[in-house]
Amino acid sequence: MHDTKPHGDDAPPSTWKKRDAFAESGIPDGRGGSLVARAVTINRPVSEVFAYFRDFTNLPTFMENVERIDILDNKRSHWVVKAPAGKTVEWDAVVIEEASDRLIAWASEPGADVANSGQVEFRDAGARGTVVTATIAYDPPAGIVGKLIAKMFQREPAIQARRDLRRFKQLMETGEIATAAMNRKQHEEELA
Amino acid sequence: MRALAWHGKHDVRVDTVDDPEIVNPRDCIIKVTATAICGSDLHLYDGYIPTMQAGDILGHEFMGEVVEVGTKSTLKKGQKVVVPFTIACGSCYHCGKHQYSACDNGLPADNQDIAQELYGQPMAGLFGYSHMTGGYAGGQAEYVRVPFSDVGPIVIPDGVEDEKVLFLSDILPTGWMAAENAQIEPGDTVAVWGCGPVGLFAVQSAFLMGAERVIAIDHFPHRLELAKKFGAETINYEESAVYEALMVMTGGIGPDAVIDSVGLEAHGFFVDNVLDQIKASTFLGTDRAHSIRQAIIACRKGGRVSMPAVYGGFIDKFPLGALMEKGLTLKTGQTHVQHYMPALLNAIMEGKIDTTFLISHRMDLEDAPKGYDMFKNNQNEVTKVVLKPGFN
Repeated sequence: MHDTKPHGDDAPPSTWKKRDAFAESGIPDGRGGSLVARAVTINRPVSEVFAYFRDFTNLPTFMENVERIDILDNKRSHWVVKAPAGKTVEWDAVVIEEASDRLIAWASEPGADVANSGQVEFRDAGARGTVVTATIAYDPPAGIVGKLIAKMFQREPAIQARRDLRRFKQLMETGEIATAAMNRKQHEEELA
Repeated sequence: MRALAWHGKHDVRVDTVDDPEIVNPRDCIIKVTATAICGSDLHLYDGYIPTMQAGDILGHEFMGEVVEVGTKSTLKKGQKVVVPFTIACGSCYHCGKHQYSACDNGLPADNQDIAQELYGQPMAGLFGYSHMTGGYAGGQAEYVRVPFSDVGPIVIPDGVEDEKVLFLSDILPTGWMAAENAQIEPGDTVAVWGCGPVGLFAVQSAFLMGAERVIAIDHFPHRLELAKKFGAETINYEESAVYEALMVMTGGIGPDAVIDSVGLEAHGFFVDNVLDQIKASTFLGTDRAHSIRQAIIACRKGGRVSMPAVYGGFIDKFPLGALMEKGLTLKTGQTHVQHYMPALLNAIMEGKIDTTFLISHRMDLEDAPKGYDMFKNNQNEVTKVVLKPGFN
């Protein structure tokens, strides 16, 4: 058992092979047993990248499964996420830590359909732009509920996070999100 | 519109499909005036490339007239353009370094997973070449949607024949980059394995870069004849022992630089676990990898190895020891087409490079299935098939 940091390297907790990652992860209010971290470097200034992300109403543009985000107040937002058969699941999220151009951390409020928390870090990378690192903790539910949740996300959160970050990068760098759709009808079907 | 669609192994058909439209702001739509069948298209035809779906429109060497532009396209209706086979955004770090084939944003996000798993990082998108390179509809069609049209397509001056510039889309820059990667110095002897289109363009490029001698290696007599026309000496590997011949021809030194363009018709990305059965039969078998082994062994000490030939997975018995002990430099990669297009267009306009010699057959888009069949079954005579919508 590793009740302390298992080794002295600089690798992020989410990549530790032997770990009790949560204790070490630094994620505020981490829940559940799964932790994923993804990083992407975006060739734009940190202030621009942070500002776009901090306006949560922008997030559905590149987060595939998020249908809508309503802003409740400066800290709280209401998330509507696509689920199978045209249904949606919803929760309220609260920003629990924020530092301009550096960090946004959130947690779902009690009663969420999918308990989740995480943080997105922004780091000025000079000529390379901005490094965005998303760390997400989520509670993988068991049994029938678990299956429903997996279907709702359509794929593992780890893969979803990676794809969402790629779309975010595309949007910030190129002004659009790459698609192979030949025409607008195909494109709408892709997004549905 | 009419378009050449893949339906399965040795089954390509010209179908009527929906016209493409502007989807993203930087898109344009072009009306295709000329498009070629690439050697790498034969691997799709032969069913060797995974992640193909019935109905996929093929073709990555094409040009045409701009007929529609998105709000952020810099092109104008009526302009004639040649389109690079690599789909690159022009805005990411790699595009900034002119490493266009390494573009971060050319592939739709979901299509990046396979390359990420296989290679560590995803590469640029490609037209008409399976879903792991993006699933983009290709250019063997009447119309094509071209993403990032403000950075990809190059505008061709009025009055220039299509056939003079069509190969800017892929094989000419690929042959040029192959020679550039060989880091040729004046007086060098350069050996080129494979006299397909890219090998032949590499021969021409090597001379332009100052090579004193180029030795071309193949087994198709007609292709060796073409290499000879450009001043190359030739070795037919079915008639002569290649290593021994090279050593005698170079006075026991070995070529200063070697270029392996044997597999290079394949812009293929091969997932070995999917393709084990194919590897066992023909395609990734030992003969294919033989050219790179032979090139490394023949190369002089301290020489340069350029590998435009595409290898998608793993090869066995790679002579890593020879590479290290002889202190060779190996350079390779998919072509950064957008980087090379402007200078190569100038070279064509100034008459320094001829590309039209390559074209052996011209036919209507409607006859494309026949073109595939001919290209596959007679590689000696059929060096390049150019398709033109409305040719008949």
